[in-house]
Amino acid sequence: MLVYTLKRIVLAILVSLVVSALVFSLLYLTGDPATALAGENATDKDIEAIRAAYGFDRPIWMQYLSWLGNAIQGDFGQSIYFRLPVTDLILARLPVTMTLGVTAITFAIVLAIPLGVLAAMYPNSIIDRAALLLAVVGQAMPSFWFALMLIVLFAFIWPVLPASGSDGWTSFVLPTIVLGYYATPAFMRLTRTGMLDVLSSDYIRTARAKGLRPGRVLFKHALRNAIVPVVSLAAVQFGFMLGGSVIIETVFALHGAGYLAWESISRSDFPTVQAILLLFALFYIVLTFLADLLNAWLDPRIRVG
Amino acid sequence: MNIATQALPDASEITGPTPGQRMRARVLGHRGIVIGGVILGLIIFMALAAPLIAPYDPYAQSLTDRLKPPVWYEKGTWENVLGTDQLGRDYLSRLIYGAQISLMIGFLAAIMSGIIGTVLGVAAGYFGGRVDLVVTFLITCRLSLPVILVSLAVVAIFGGSLEIVILVLGLLLWDRYAVVMRASTLQVRSLDYVAAAQAAGCSTSYILLREILPNVANQLIVVATLEFAHAVLLEAALSFLGLGVQPPLPSWGLMISEGRNYILFDPWLIAIPGAALFLLLLAVNLLGDGVRDVTAPENRG
Repeated sequence: MLVYTLKRIVLAILVSLVVSALVFSLLYLTGDPATALAGENATDKDIEAIRAAYGFDRPIWMQYLSWLGNAIQGDFGQSIYFRLPVTDLILARLPVTMTLGVTAITFAIVLAIPLGVLAAMYPNSIIDRAALLLAVVGQAMPSFWFALMLIVLFAFIWPVLPASGSDGWTSFVLPTIVLGYYATPAFMRLTRTGMLDVLSSDYIRTARAKGLRPGRVLFKHALRNAIVPVVSLAAVQFGFMLGGSVIIETVFALHGAGYLAWESISRSDFPTVQAILLLFALFYIVLTFLADLLNAWLDPRIRVG
Repeated sequence: MNIATQALPDASEITGPTPGQRMRARVLGHRGIVIGGVILGLIIFMALAAPLIAPYDPYAQSLTDRLKPPVWYEKGTWENVLGTDQLGRDYLSRLIYGAQISLMIGFLAAIMSGIIGTVLGVAAGYFGGRVDLVVTFLITCRLSLPVILVSLAVVAIFGGSLEIVILVLGLLLWDRYAVVMRASTLQVRSLDYVAAAQAAGCSTSYILLREILPNVANQLIVVATLEFAHAVLLEAALSFLGLGVQPPLPSWGLMISEGRNYILFDPWLIAIPGAALFLLLLAVNLLGDGVRDVTAPENRG
């Protein structure tokens, strides 16, 4: 297990380094960062001064190393638009995105596990087919369109929830439903196949044969084993949700990090974009790393092979 | 002699249906494939025949006819069956031309990412060792970057246009191809006919193209449909966020974004292009699921 963990740590660090280099080079695709920083009415002299002050006259690899060095210490430079430290900006917005991520994943799991269990208990029943339909429809529905339709329904036709903004828990209800809905089919399918596997196994037959109550067999014996892969899927899905939050937060004007990313991209505020991109990537890397460890811990075949 | 020929059973009675006939029966008996195929066929026809079937020019503005509702509303008329948008352009015509954009982006992005992903995946699966290590590493790096954020940023840098969107999506969506192709190649590589080809002294390129690729083609098609849908969805999202295809092109995502300001009084402006997107994605997904069902060995009767 120790060797496996160390291997995974090295891999995660290598991936982080490559991703950080990619994210950094994004700034250089935009053209001259000094001109962007100086603003529209800057003279050549101003631009020169900024170039020297920010160190844009150094070779790229040196700039990358110093950017990386600062980033590791939590300093992502100044936002071109807000003229504030990027780190402060993101920290102020991050709680909203994290709240949304946690509520959405909770919503998805709470909806998916009972559906998956029922679908596995009664294969090809109405419940199984309805669950499949839910997944097929979800796959085909653009999230932003679903969001707008929910706004029309629950904010205009039947006004019970705010259409946009980020004040109070009510503004999280619709974004949670939209973001969570898209993760539901994956959880449901995994629970269903896991339960189908487990229910046909010998120890379940034994449990039934010794006369345990069906409810006890289902929850105590079957579900506990079927649910294991769901936990690691949750980690990966949470990483995907951060990407999805960009669209959802923008539609609902929910002032989280995803919305900040879209605003910053529209404003060409690239230090902020870089920081958010790197942060989301790191989240994903850390979460998949934890999921891998969890899987290896639960299933010895992985860590040996 | 005459009697002898009559007594002999017909050749087809002995052999039964040919594999091709059996496959055709399975395809036509699959509800998902039939429904998906019909919807997709209609949308493709709509896109190809757009200049013939669109009642109006999708770009022609008419400021006196702005925001006319569709025909099923009280004030709707048969002149503009789906009404007109905020610039008085016929909504049905824009919807028909919009199919061209979605289909083109889906096809080209799926093909481009398909080539990248298949080359990487097959190479990793067939050669193994260091090649596999590098490809797996590339896949991990690619997966850790959120597609939507990267494509938003790149489109913002190079400016939104059809070509840029296709290029960005084509260069980003190869991960699933690589993962699936790698796994399928690993399976096929260890089979006897590959060993036979190697023993017979076939060149590596011959084995890859003639032995491996035809036998992983089914999985490739399934992934291609998934990525087709993925690309269509991402284009719509990018255009919706204002960083994809630019006005006045009738992209369905852009139409939803333009209709957003009228969400309160004219929600059909959003509902119609959204429903079109939904139907296209549904059709492609049904087809993909169907191909997977039909080609899966356990379902072969």
